[in-house]
Amino acid sequence: MRELSLHVLDLAQNSLTANASRLDILIAVDHKADTLSITLRDDGKGMAPEFLKNVTSPFTTTRTTRKVGLGIPMFKVNAELTGGSFDIESKVGVGTRMTAVFILSSIDRPPLGDMPATMVSLIVSNPKFHFHLEYTVDDQEPFAFDTEEIQAVLGPVPLDAPEVVSWIEGYIREGMDALHGGA
Amino acid sequence: MKSIKDLEAIRQRTLDEVNLRNDRHGIRVVVGMGTCGISAGARPVMMEFVEEIKRRGVKDAMVTQTGCIGVCRLEPMVEVYMPGQEKVTYVLMNPEKVARVVGEHLINGRPVTEYTIGYVEAQEAQGK
Repeated sequence: MRELSLHVLDLAQNSLTANASRLDILIAVDHKADTLSITLRDDGKGMAPEFLKNVTSPFTTTRTTRKVGLGIPMFKVNAELTGGSFDIESKVGVGTRMTAVFILSSIDRPPLGDMPATMVSLIVSNPKFHFHLEYTVDDQEPFAFDTEEIQAVLGPVPLDAPEVVSWIEGYIREGMDALHGGA
Repeated sequence: MKSIKDLEAIRQRTLDEVNLRNDRHGIRVVVGMGTCGISAGARPVMMEFVEEIKRRGVKDAMVTQTGCIGVCRLEPMVEVYMPGQEKVTYVLMNPEKVARVVGEHLINGRPVTEYTIGYVEAQEAQGK
């Protein structure tokens, strides 16, 4: 994946498949620690310890079309290539959380990329799902975006209405750009 | 700067349209967004469909995603479901191809044959 935001788009699909009702996407840039961390946390059905143990192997997948699954393994490898780390925890019936830490200044760190496009792709495909995005840069006030809050304002107008989609993209873009994360 | 206040205005403006949309007779554009599709460039393809459908004012179409469709080497793949017609599968998609699919297929009902899986695979079989 050429952008970290593409990993987010890819891995969100796991949460949707796990029948989650909410996905938190937490992105934090810390210049002092020289890290960019991405946490994905859902309330899906979770994974049994046996499956979890092997989930970072490319030969573990729930899909039936093929025997390989590269989503989590590539995310982990990309983090480790920068000198960072990856960890995942999951509990059946509770949900899954994974965090990848990337070394910000590493030449091997892919750019964060187009997060607004990732959010729009997710929302357009799953307009009733609860997505929560938080973007933190150092000790600035974080930028937060929450589909449930937006839906409350919109009432009966769906999140995938074209005008709403344009607004969402612009709102996230402006909000994230304003923090000058440089990632 | 965009603010939550804009949303209230959008709500007022689009409420009538929404009532129309609720009985969408349903064109569906399904973009393959498994790991394979995403790394092949599915996200810009999806964004372009959303944008072009808005630009052309296609009212009864929805764009959505699915996981791996199964022919990863031909990603990005897009399936188009038109009411009363057979499903059409487009392969090796990119944002430049989207305008033709929306104009010719979604609006005028004629699939863009050169972009379909059947056409591309036949060409490959002939070594082209």
